[in-house]
Amino acid sequence: MADKPIQGEKRMFMTGNEVCAYAALAAGADIMYGYPITPQNEIMHYWTRLAPKHNRTFLQTEDEISAGFTTCGGVLSGKRAFTATAGPGNTLMQEPMSMAEMMRIPAVFIIQQRGGPSTATVIYSQQEVTMTCYGANGEGLRIVYSTADHQELYDYTIKSFNTAWKYRFPTFVLGDGYQAKMRESLTIYDPELRGIQMVDTYPLVGLPGKAGADRDPAHLRNTYNTEEELYEVVKELVGAYEKFAPEIVEHKTVECDDAEVVILCHGIVSRAAVEAIRELRAEGVKAGMFRPITLRPFPTEPLRAVVQKAKKLLIVESAEGQFARLVLPSLYGLTTPLETIYKPGQGITSDEIVKKIKAMA
Amino acid sequence: MTTATVLEPKMPVCWRQETKPHKFCPGCGHGDVLKALGRAIDELGIQDRVVFGCDIGCSLLSWDFFNCDAIQTHHGRTTPVMTGIKRARPELICIAYMGDGGGYAIGAQHLVNAASRNEKLTVILANNAQYGMTGGQMAPTTLPGMKTETSPYGRDVDATGNPTLGPEMVAAITPASAYVARGTMANIPQLTKMMKKALQNQIDGNGFSFVEALSACPTNWRMNAAKTWEFVEKEMTKYFKVGELKVPAAKQEG
Ligand SMILES: Cc1ncc(C[n+]2csc(CCOP(=O)(O)OP(=O)(O)O)c2C)c(N)n1
Ligand code: SF4
Repeated sequence: MADKPIQGEKRMFMTGNEVCAYAALAAGADIMYGYPITPQNEIMHYWTRLAPKHNRTFLQTEDEISAGFTTCGGVLSGKRAFTATAGPGNTLMQEPMSMAEMMRIPAVFIIQQRGGPSTATVIYSQQEVTMTCYGANGEGLRIVYSTADHQELYDYTIKSFNTAWKYRFPTFVLGDGYQAKMRESLTIYDPELRGIQMVDTYPLVGLPGKAGADRDPAHLRNTYNTEEELYEVVKELVGAYEKFAPEIVEHKTVECDDAEVVILCHGIVSRAAVEAIRELRAEGVKAGMFRPITLRPFPTEPLRAVVQKAKKLLIVESAEGQFARLVLPSLYGLTTPLETIYKPGQGITSDEIVKKIKAMA
Repeated sequence: MTTATVLEPKMPVCWRQETKPHKFCPGCGHGDVLKALGRAIDELGIQDRVVFGCDIGCSLLSWDFFNCDAIQTHHGRTTPVMTGIKRARPELICIAYMGDGGGYAIGAQHLVNAASRNEKLTVILANNAQYGMTGGQMAPTTLPGMKTETSPYGRDVDATGNPTLGPEMVAAITPASAYVARGTMANIPQLTKMMKKALQNQIDGNGFSFVEALSACPTNWRMNAAKTWEFVEKEMTKYFKVGELKVPAAKQEG
């Protein structure tokens, strides 16, 4: 493993993309493969400046299909490899991501969402939720962390490498254009100083010894000949995913104990929700918030526990119901009234949430 | 008294016996191309350092062909997967094996860019002039006038262009340190030499190496053995000239 570029702890004021590059360095990432697309470009820019000083490498590929597949190759050869993309790049990268699901390749993907569909805007959205969680042909056997601020971008980028290598499912940090581009303060740190041991990486090909003589060759494939064979393989993958899910799921609640109205949201929208709750509580409205941090696997049980106690629910997202589609199956059988604020590709303010909740009363 | 000589089939040592006989159709060129590759690996003594990548297309049937670590990936994406490995672990010998569809159609951007970047990889492409696995459709390498499932009246070059000249293209865009050749299953000793040079070029850390091998698909060509050979030797070589197109200067023979 490479040296320690981040020593001790440091308060910093920087952009989210810069945070991701520093976090990948701190996590001991060896190599980044990438292709330019806004709003994630600066992850590559900072990485290419920092990496050579710490004996790490980078390759700019010809497109995102290649960036995803080279990342898979890097991981297969035993390196802590990652990539980053957004929007149409995320669309192209679904093909290698599905290979990572099938072969349980612990690749890390940082997604900074922009507007969609298609080229749309380069600014902000929460419209890559469905694609990041369930894109490509398969069952969505991925781990997706939705971050809300720069501290979380740092924490979860580091964590994503460990989650990926511990459970061996492709792991995603789902940020957005606002987080990518704005500056705010955070503490960067050497993970070890906080008791975070980086999970060792290991090669899946290029193993020591002569294949056929000292050991069996590693013959990895993702094509299967019969329905029965594939069924077995996928069932095994799903079984492993479901077994690990309870260890992986994460969520956050704010003022949920006595909440009558619960806001359901994720990512940066939760920051508007927290402010709205402060204002509403000051006026005597009992509001709270439930926020999944892992969108895959989804924290169904804790969500149900909160919802069961609430009188009303409000789903708020910068997309047209993509997050709601993750939430609703978890609420099956419950009849708590629910309203929504859907603003595809647009940010959400606390004022809008306050107004909506007052109107719901 | 004399002991009877037992004639062992001359399989390359790096072939995995447990997976033979292989899964290609009888008379398929893939087996011959992989024989040349196997011999080259044997002669260079690099079996324990090789990572073999195969594509989708009939080449995927070789995922367990060698006693080497291997990865079978998506259609056309073998080149980037091998690039990812080679960049991360330069000590490994990375071989990307694919068909003409994988290399010249769906994966063309990867071939072009890997070649332009002079990736220290060896790419082997079996050119059987059509798509084998999906049942004989037109490929970038289908000959003018050749009938396939999607050119039932013969390939019309006015409508669909000329056959792709892969090695010629790769030779044009690579630096002098690349190795580029076109061999044929009709001349295994020569093909083996080309594969050896292509691998040696990678071992030396010189640059990109690319060998196209003229190959046969008697199944989709609907030809018997005699006609298959005639097609490979007489028809294909009209368009696809066999020989070395680029040999790193220092390595030039003679
Ligand atoms: C993205 C994608 N598109 C299409 C296919 C279907 N497909 C599988 S093999 C193949 C053709 C392979 O032809 P070629 O690469 O020439 O190899 P051959 O089978 O002739 O050896 C196609 C189109 C696929 N697997 N993936
Ligand atoms: S279909 Fe053609 S290319 Fe494929 S295995 Fe059979 S003969 Fe070979």
